[in-house]
Amino acid sequence: MDKEQVRNLAKLARIELKDEEAENLTHEFEAILDYVGEVKEVTDNFTPPSSGGASKLTTDDTLRNVFREDSNPHETGIYTKAVLEQAPMKAGNYIKVKKIL
Amino acid sequence: MINLSRLTIKSAREALKKNEFSAHELVETYLETIKEKDVDLFAFLEVFEDALEQADEADKKIANREDLPLLGIPMAIKDNMLIKDRRVTAGSKILENFFSPIDGTAIKKLKDAGAIIIGRTNMDEFAMGSSTENSAYGVTKNPYDPSRVAGGSSGGSAAAVAANFALAALGSDTGGSIRQPAAFCGVVGFKPTYGRVSRSGLIALGSSLDQIGPFTKTVGDTETIYNVLKGKDILDSTTIADETFPPKKKFSKTIGIPREFVNARGIDESVKKNFEEAVNKFKSLGYEVRDVELKYIKYSLAVYYIIMPAEASSNLARFDGVKYGLHKDGKTSIEDYFQTRGEGFGRETRRRIILGTYVLSSGYYDEYYGSALSLKKLITKELRDVFEEVDFILTPTTPTPAFKVGEKTKDPLSMYLADIFTVPANIAGVPSISIPSGLDGNLPLGIELTADLGREDNLFIAGKEFLGE
Repeated sequence: MDKEQVRNLAKLARIELKDEEAENLTHEFEAILDYVGEVKEVTDNFTPPSSGGASKLTTDDTLRNVFREDSNPHETGIYTKAVLEQAPMKAGNYIKVKKIL
Repeated sequence: MINLSRLTIKSAREALKKNEFSAHELVETYLETIKEKDVDLFAFLEVFEDALEQADEADKKIANREDLPLLGIPMAIKDNMLIKDRRVTAGSKILENFFSPIDGTAIKKLKDAGAIIIGRTNMDEFAMGSSTENSAYGVTKNPYDPSRVAGGSSGGSAAAVAANFALAALGSDTGGSIRQPAAFCGVVGFKPTYGRVSRSGLIALGSSLDQIGPFTKTVGDTETIYNVLKGKDILDSTTIADETFPPKKKFSKTIGIPREFVNARGIDESVKKNFEEAVNKFKSLGYEVRDVELKYIKYSLAVYYIIMPAEASSNLARFDGVKYGLHKDGKTSIEDYFQTRGEGFGRETRRRIILGTYVLSSGYYDEYYGSALSLKKLITKELRDVFEEVDFILTPTTPTPAFKVGEKTKDPLSMYLADIFTVPANIAGVPSISIPSGLDGNLPLGIELTADLGREDNLFIAGKEFLGE
């Protein structure tokens, strides 16, 4: 990992980064990635008894939908005031943002 | 004057019922202790001004012979749980002026059970850390030795219980953030099975790992709070009901030790010695202790430092300076994002968000995130298989006693290694409890019992026996 790569990742994450921090992160990430990289070695060398490849491990036949039905909404507007109070910029009952286009 | 150091939830409830003291007197005593000692420790970010009014409300209910499990019990709350109309910062500047419009489910349940919420406690920013040194507001010190850390990320909650600032506290545990500070501060710290306690109103770090749990002085008190908190919640679709995991084996007082894992490099001699003493104590209590082989458990921390930052990078995308929290004004809206997040997030938070962005980015996703998810399954399966033979896995809670303030801040990886024994329970979703197991000099140590999914009951039995409750 190099400094440019760190800068690009920070840009993707919408985080302003000082030059010195980008430099430090480059070294820290090398150590961290070296440590966590061992997961790849394990999964590469793993073969489940009955089937081939680690990718098989990520399919889960116990997955099921836990979402509730999209129904019974609360009364419109009952939380608006409390939520808007936390917004940094607002106009009437709206959160205000800068022009995008 | 009430003797706070001997007091437990159980004994306080009895005393309140018998009118030996009032909730008002009890809260007053805690507030005086906080005023006198928290200047040095900094467990609290805020002590609530209306704590005595809450106590008066509790006294009215006690006078009416209401009997709620936590009625009149002063509790401290980690500052990442939403309490209605209170400031909630998650230890971050980005939420410095945020006030919660709602009570999180766990908080609502505490209030319904009669608890008095005495204040909000310090924590590593967004629960990212193992020492509470990453708080934007200052470092929480260890009550046993203020030159040392209280642990983290729920360091304020652990210190508050240890220093008699509250009878109990709530923390959140993503990779050990309840159990590790509990061990450092000599109190009981408990992470329930993933999904047993609603995360609604908990500011998210790693959503597939986060779980709320209590800090107390006894295992019995932990059980009391757990019984208040647990249960299915429509506001958190990952919550599970009581019968979700039927027992796979009958309780037989058997403990497994992953010997290779416990003997790994970097474990203090004092910790190893204390651990062997704990093993002997369990044997003398009639437990069968045997070594078990867990091939994959040692990879838990590596898996954790991929999954957690990945989830954090996604969870923390919501802090954009638009809807709530800090807003820094740039020339364009995208500049607003960069400046708000660059200034609002602290160093460790920035580090983990960027790391998470990396492991999820195209070209690295399979190598890191995909592999970590596969390995998470292996670790979980291996652990669950072992729980068909033994009731518990026993390890030390931490590889060392509390370290010095500043000792690990320059080297993130060395800080991460403080969670080596606590992380596996989060990876596998299983319940795990840290219990005080003695002192190294003047510093507390803890042992950690981990059980199969849904086997909290066994943890409470063994924990109580170990502490002689």
